[in-house]
Order: sequence, then C-alpha cells, then structure tokens
Amino acid sequence: MPNDAYGPTVPRGETFSYLPPMTPERLHQQIAYLIERGWNPAVEYSEPEKARSNFWYLWKLPLFGEKSVERVLAELDACRRAYPNHLVRLIGYDNFTQSQGTAFIVHRAGAR
Amino acid sequence: MAEQKFQAGVKDYASSYWTPDYVPLDTDLLAVFKVVAQPGVPQKEAAAAVAAESSTGTWTTVWTDLLTDLDFYKGRAYRIEQVPGDDSAFFAFVAYPIELFEEGSVVNVLTSLVGNVFGFKALRSLRLEDIRFPLAYVKTCGGPPNGIQVERDRLGKYGRPLLGCTIKPKLGLSAKNYGRAVYECLRGGLDFTKDDENINSQPFMRWNHRFEFVMEAVHKATAETGEVKGHYLNVTASTPEEMYKRAEFAKSLGAPIIMHDFFTAGFTANTGLANWCRENGILLHIHRAMHAVVDRNPMHGIHFRVLTKCLRLSGGDHMHAGTVVGKLEGDRHATLGWVDLMREPFVPENRKRGIFFDQDWGSMPGLMPVASGGIHVWHMPALVAIFGDDSCLQFGGGTLGHPWGNAPGAHANRVALEACVEARNQGRAVEREGREILAEAARHSPELEIAMETWKEIKFEFDAVDPDPK
Repeated sequence: MPNDAYGPTVPRGETFSYLPPMTPERLHQQIAYLIERGWNPAVEYSEPEKARSNFWYLWKLPLFGEKSVERVLAELDACRRAYPNHLVRLIGYDNFTQSQGTAFIVHRAGAR
Repeated sequence: MAEQKFQAGVKDYASSYWTPDYVPLDTDLLAVFKVVAQPGVPQKEAAAAVAAESSTGTWTTVWTDLLTDLDFYKGRAYRIEQVPGDDSAFFAFVAYPIELFEEGSVVNVLTSLVGNVFGFKALRSLRLEDIRFPLAYVKTCGGPPNGIQVERDRLGKYGRPLLGCTIKPKLGLSAKNYGRAVYECLRGGLDFTKDDENINSQPFMRWNHRFEFVMEAVHKATAETGEVKGHYLNVTASTPEEMYKRAEFAKSLGAPIIMHDFFTAGFTANTGLANWCRENGILLHIHRAMHAVVDRNPMHGIHFRVLTKCLRLSGGDHMHAGTVVGKLEGDRHATLGWVDLMREPFVPENRKRGIFFDQDWGSMPGLMPVASGGIHVWHMPALVAIFGDDSCLQFGGGTLGHPWGNAPGAHANRVALEACVEARNQGRAVEREGREILAEAARHSPELEIAMETWKEIKFEFDAVDPDPK
C-alpha cells in the first residue's frame, strides 16, 4: 500500500486530472479529437484562487472553425507563457448541445 | 351527423374499433401491444377489444353512447403484425385521439392504456411495447427539471461520464457513519454518492440526521478537491407533504441533487417533485424500484421503454437504465434504444432496438442514463463505449469493496474512467483493447492496480454495436 493512500485530499481539476500531466503528444491527440467532433476550441486562464468560478478569463475569443491542431497548441503555449502562474484550460464548445463537449486543464500554475 | 337508433345488446368490438384503413394523425397517441388472445378469439377482434377497452368502449352498448360522437373519441386498432418467432402472439397498433387525455398527465395516459384492459378476459396476456407521444402532447409536459446541458454547466464537468456510488450496507448504518462513507468516496474522486432506494427514514437513521451529516461530507469534499460533489438525498416518503418537507430541508443545506423512486411513489408524486426541482434549481435523480415487476415478463406488462418515456415526460434528470455488461446481446440493443429515448431530441423507429415509432421530443431536455449494479473497474471500457459521455456510472461494491477502502476505491474508478475516455478520444477500440488501456493506467495508479487484482478480469470480446454511442 502506498504511503499516501490515506493522505490528505489532493486538489483536482475535473476531467483528466487523475491522469499524469498531458504530454505534448497526448495533448495533440485530444485536440485532434475535439476538432474532429466539430467543436470549437477555446483557451481560458485563471488565477488558481479564482478557479472555482465558472468564468475564467478568455485568452482570445473562441477559435471558431479552427482545424489546425498546431495552431491550437500554439495558442495554449502562448497563454501559458504569458500567464505562467495561472491555470490554463482547453474547451471544446459544442454549439449543437449549447454546452461544452469537453474541457480540461492543460497547464497547472507553477508546473513546467 | 348520421341518424342512429339505440339498440341494446352486445356488439362485436371489431365492427367499431378495427379500422385498417385509418391513417393516424400527427396528433394521435399511438400504442403497440403484444397480444395473446384466448383460443377462438380472432386477432382483429382481440385488437379491437384492446382499442375499445383502453378508450371509449365497454362490454355492452349504452344509450348515452348516442349523446356524443364516439367515432371521434374512440381508439382505433389500425394494424396487426405477427410477432417474429412466436405464432401465438401478435402486435396490435392502436391510435388514440389526443382529446382523450388530460394535458401534462402521464397518470391519465396510463390509466387508460394500461387500465382495465390488462385484466380483460378475452386476452390471455397483454404487453404494452411502445407508445408514440405526439409532439403536441409532449409540449404539455414539464419533463426533466434541468436536463443534461444544465446539469453539466452547474457541475462544471465535461467530456466524460459522471461517477457515482451507492453507499452500503444499504440498511443499518448510523447517520454519522454513513456520512463518513460518503466523504471518503467523494474526496477520493467520485462525483456523486447515492442513498440506497430502501433508505427513507428508518429507526436506525432518521432522514434529517442523514441529510445533515451527508451534506457536511459533500461540502468538505467539494472544498478540498475543488470539484463539485453531490449526494442523491432520497426524499421518497409516505406522503407528498413529507416528501416536500425533506426536499426543502435538502435545499436549505445546499444540496445540489435529490432522489426519488418514481414507481413505488407514483407518477403524481414524481411529477410534483420534478416541478418543485425545476422551480428550486435542484437536480433530480430517479430510481426505479418495482419496474421489473411490470417490465420483465416478455408477454405481459409494460416494456421499460414505455416507463422511460413516461418518466421523461413526468420529470427526472437521471434515470437507471441497466448496465448491459455481462448480459445478452439483445439486452444491449434494447438498452441502447431506451438510452436514446432518455437523451436524444428525436428518436427514429428502430425495430432492432425495439423502437416501434418515431418519437419527437421537441425541445424537452434529456436525462442521463445511470448504469448501476454489479460493475467494477474491469467493466469500465465497455461502459464508456456503450453509454458515452452523457451518463452516470455507479460503482457500489466496486468502490466500497476496494481493499484499501472507499477513497482509494473511488480513485481507482476515476483513473480507469479517465484512461478509457482518453483512449476513446485517441481513436482506440476501447472495448477490445480494454485490458491494455487499464494496465497502462494502473502503472501510474497503485489504487487501480490493486482494484484490478481484487476483481476478476472479464473478457473483452465485444465489437462495438454502435460505433458512436454518444
């Protein structure tokens, strides 16, 4: 049994936060899936202490119609470089369900 | 209006209620029954009898029939089909004018369609297989108080199924010990925990004590994990007044979701509670105790897809749907059928899935199917493939039975879930490659590794029936 099996609760960040941090290759695959589903990518960021709010800062307007995985990766990277101590998340807006097809944290504050 | 004279006596049902040339209207409520008639009763007469006894007819003519236009109000048997592989049974299709039913009342619809007719002597057995609710009727019903989209936005959970767990032992825990079990599950990684359906307010744990301790657990786990957590507080009670009292108390404690047993409590109570939930912004989880009493016999009763449709009209945000895994292939098709009926805005006729009619839900929200009962981490790949993202997967023993306890058990399930979702998004055949996907994930999670050792591996041999079950 690992030592931390009964340790204090670890803060999490919803989808994929129980898996190891995303590698560039895995992130690439998830962006490709999001685009293939016809969702619109969007990048948002937040101070960690304000992350409970539904409304994070828009990095830009959602990248409507963006089909290039590389360009989405570049936007995530630019946001991360501009706000290295913030959380950065990727959203796939599904305008058919008027919801988000997916959303997950790509960069955790202070992480490299 | 044709002139008619009253003639006392008994008429053939078929003379009035068998109308093979009738073309159903868009506003008609359509039903299909599986009928086994008594020996010597012709099929057309039996079908007409079903139409008559479930609408305007009675066993004899009465003079007051002539004071109204029964041809306008009557149900019409308009088609007969043989049941494949069963010479004794046939399908009878009946159309009912929408005027026969009170608006917004599945209670009234069921009172007609599955009322006296099910005890009718001329029939050996009778099963209501499907109903087409006309859109005009759908629009008179409240439906799910919140729906899938609103639930996701409230919870802030996207791109994956939700995870739950029913607290066990289902009877006998004190409120504080029960709250402990809830806290461990939620802080370990589950989204929801659930009252067992038997839990109402027994001497060992009164409802208000349970609500208080459980909500302390929910709030603490929410604060610590940074994720929204909930517990389905069962407000099912002996009277509507008591049910509403418990719902109000749950709301006062900040509960995001409550629970109801729609079939034992009845559709009247359920529709009222759904309206209350809509007005108060509380999610409603629906359990289905007693359903198997009426839907399990293939020859007599009501098919579960009909109960599903009625519940969507009456109101609920989650509903139990079975698990498929470990059962027969046919169950898989039927389950996918009623899962569609819970979630989709329009469900076309699909006989392979047991769906006899197109069903247009208009703008009525959908509800999340809940897979619960006898499932564990090894089932996760199949469950993700079958149910897709808009579902709630509930592991009771599969969480609480983990050798290290509830929190590691919850953690293991969450890792397995996220690994399967990630693999699915990568285009991998999740069901077929289930073993490899779980083994890879377990390399980073001792909680999952020990869970996989604890529960026996199941076989991964399914091809996906539905390539895109979302």
